[in-house]
Amino acid sequence: MADYHWPPAEKRALIGKRISRIDGPWKSSGRAKYTFDINRPGMLYGKMVLSPYAHAKIVTIDTSVAEKMPGVKGVQLILQPGAEVLWVGQEIAAVAAETEEQSRDAVRAVKVKYEPLPFFAREAEPSKAGQNTKVTGEVKVGDPDTAFKEADVIHEGTYGIPVITHCCLEAHGQVMEWQGDQLKYWATTQSVSGLAGDLSRALGAGGINIPASNIEVITPVMGGGFGSKFASDTWGLACAQLAKKTGRAVKMMLERDQELMVAGARPSMHAKVRVGAKKDGTLTVWESTTWGTGGTSVESPPQLPYVIIPPNKRTNYTAVLTNIGPIRPWRAPNHPQLCAMTLCALDDLADKLGMDPAEFLKKNLNLTAKDRAPDYAKELDKASELMDWKTKWHPRGDKTPGHIKRGVGVSLHTWGGGGGPSNCQCVIQPDGSVSVSLATQDLGVGTRTVVTIVAAETMGLPLEGVTANIGDSKYPASGASGGSTTVGGVSSSTRRAATNALNELLAKVAPSLNAAVDDLEAVGGRIQVKSDPSRSIDWKAACAKLAGTPITATGQTSRDLISSGVGGVQMAEVSVDTETGIVKVEKMVAVQDVGLVMDLETAESQAYGSLIMGVTYALYEEKVMDGPTGKCLNPNMEFYKLAGINDIGELVVHFMTGPGYDERGPIGLGEPPTISPGAVLSNAVANAIGVRVPELPLTPASVLAALSKA
Amino acid sequence: MPKRDKTHENESKNSSEKKALGRREFVKLVGGTSVAVSAAGMLVGEVLLPQKAEAVGNPPRGKVIGPGPVAITLRVNGEDKQLSVEPRVTLLDALRDRLDITGAKRVCDRGTCGACTMIVNGKAVYACTVLAIDAAGSKADIWTIESLAPEGQLHPLSQAFVDNDGQQCGFCTPGFVMAAKAYLDGHPHPTYEEVKKALGGNLCRCGTYMGVRRAVVQAGGGHVTEGGA
Repeated sequence: MADYHWPPAEKRALIGKRISRIDGPWKSSGRAKYTFDINRPGMLYGKMVLSPYAHAKIVTIDTSVAEKMPGVKGVQLILQPGAEVLWVGQEIAAVAAETEEQSRDAVRAVKVKYEPLPFFAREAEPSKAGQNTKVTGEVKVGDPDTAFKEADVIHEGTYGIPVITHCCLEAHGQVMEWQGDQLKYWATTQSVSGLAGDLSRALGAGGINIPASNIEVITPVMGGGFGSKFASDTWGLACAQLAKKTGRAVKMMLERDQELMVAGARPSMHAKVRVGAKKDGTLTVWESTTWGTGGTSVESPPQLPYVIIPPNKRTNYTAVLTNIGPIRPWRAPNHPQLCAMTLCALDDLADKLGMDPAEFLKKNLNLTAKDRAPDYAKELDKASELMDWKTKWHPRGDKTPGHIKRGVGVSLHTWGGGGGPSNCQCVIQPDGSVSVSLATQDLGVGTRTVVTIVAAETMGLPLEGVTANIGDSKYPASGASGGSTTVGGVSSSTRRAATNALNELLAKVAPSLNAAVDDLEAVGGRIQVKSDPSRSIDWKAACAKLAGTPITATGQTSRDLISSGVGGVQMAEVSVDTETGIVKVEKMVAVQDVGLVMDLETAESQAYGSLIMGVTYALYEEKVMDGPTGKCLNPNMEFYKLAGINDIGELVVHFMTGPGYDERGPIGLGEPPTISPGAVLSNAVANAIGVRVPELPLTPASVLAALSKA
Repeated sequence: MPKRDKTHENESKNSSEKKALGRREFVKLVGGTSVAVSAAGMLVGEVLLPQKAEAVGNPPRGKVIGPGPVAITLRVNGEDKQLSVEPRVTLLDALRDRLDITGAKRVCDRGTCGACTMIVNGKAVYACTVLAIDAAGSKADIWTIESLAPEGQLHPLSQAFVDNDGQQCGFCTPGFVMAAKAYLDGHPHPTYEEVKKALGGNLCRCGTYMGVRRAVVQAGGGHVTEGGA
């Protein structure tokens, strides 16, 4: 009998090896069909009427002209007269026409009368935010007042991260096609299994009853989500309604400006921080007054400080309510903000103490969560080695002549991960072919590849011996991709399903090998007797014994195959031009604890991608709102900037793996390495130029402003 | 940002006013780095200075077409394709919406991100900023990513993206592949440094640049180092 446990290192044929993603050829040949690429016979194009006001009451909506325009086949109200809109870009109505151009024309012909209402769209500190605040209670631990009195060194500073957006390259949207009482729903989503129920509920509330089981969600590939694509959204509902109304397939993808205005944003966070330590560098007390905006929703108070938690603290939080559009979870929700507030303040405190910040962090690792200190210590050492930290670190302010200043910074972070709910069905056919099926999704992390690796490893087959069916809700349900829980979920459910299927096959062939089932194993395309490997049978010959009946077995997420809780350390080196304020990333090092790596190649890609996304928000990204008009000023990709291929420096990724790590099983990787870049790049800039640039992004203007105050 | 060929089409009176304004403004913004498509739709390699943008922005003389759909022929991947489009339809939308050639992606829709890159008359072009009517007839020889290899087969450059994991969600990938193809056609053996500059006109959100660098160096026959800095 095969057991569920992950094979030991010496027995792994595929797990943890460097394996190219199996859907790579489909993507790099341009043949992969994303939702945006689906063209159905007779398909109409949907576009939406958007609010030009940040806050207004809708008085009337007149669609009569639009309805008669060339090519227009249907108009659907999303909001009714009397409803309030709460941000610029909020969806009011949708139209479907024969061409995109006709659809855009019709949108312009919908006449909406508004009664504008007061709004607040450019976030400001609570004292300047008028009535638009909600104060949450103070949290006090220990005796912060006494601790500050007894501290040898106290540092005070302000820090901040603005609102940024998700900017998925494949915009949100869908194609809907009714086929009798069935609905085909091509969706760019992080939740293949959850979307049918979500849409069924929304349609039902609007008077169209369809059971979730009659909705097929189809997502073989999708063009990025980062936390913003969990729901069917107003556009999903309107698209399905238009498709019903017109009897035609309808594609409605968001335009780029709409994508950036409304399809997801990360809350901001700003803090006034006071921290105190003993002369020897022991952190004793934290105090922070924090504020930020989550749009019209009140964010829960941030859990500060982050990772390193002294015995005494006092924290306050004020939510600033703004009409900036909806907030959605953004890769490692809240952690990048918490990390920047904390690790920048501690970096400044280390400077005041005259300490190397890496030494300062090491000294205070006993203040991290239980059991984590030894791991962080090893990660700090490894990162120092890969960065050549001891050579490169210098006290604040590069004293070498010239206007290019170099500096290094350090940060650390934590994340949960684990495994989401997942069901896998594994089928072994009498011809020897094997399939695993799960209604999960591959956001680009390599889910399809991981599932294939696990099944093939379990069966002792090459990758080509297994077909992975994912990205369709007709397969067994698997959880949404959030919180870095996908790989944990699908790899454990697949391991169990494949093992269960294999054990049935072993039972079938045991008599012919004259061996006990417990003494059989599947290795290298054969089933062999463990105690005497010369007695074996070829995989295909073994499966032929199934006599026409395939084996079908299932498996679910299993806690004993996965773990949660990881830590990571990052270091960065930058050069800063003090005449132009331009920050250049020279090098970044990410040392990350990940548990058992399934595919080294796609895992590294996840970590590189996290660093690059981190460089982008640290240096470039901000959703800029205009106070007087309430409009987003940069809903496009020339002014909402993403890092390019020449902006990222040298990136080094090191995973903590092997004995002591691998036994934990997979944990999750998509989010943790994206947490520290804001803090680590800000700290490196401070080390280079000698002053703190208080707010991200580290733009030339903000660098020059900080230098001018120094 | 590194300089990279961008295209610009002249506006005819028949284009929608809104679009004409937007595109002219766009040319002003990128003024110093543009390569223009002339009134005749040919690619010309002149540097477009801001003041000159106004000059070439004058309406061309000739037959007035539109505003309704007009029949055109596009030479795509070596085949003539007949279709009917309004004059305001971009080359990208004409191929994606009318011909079901969907490898090139629409992302920024205004000449910034490179996801729609095609090779037109031998140059990498942002197909979202070329009007279909300006690429019609024999003026433009249009090649999309679908032309690199027959379905089921893989071009060595696409293979290099697979081998080096130069893709995650993959939505930007066709644009990167075609930009890299156009670059490699003129610079067959690039270094890492050259690749970093050559592909500055394409953007990725997942963060695949490390793999992209390695892939293009590998496709050029260069030595691929771990990490690919």
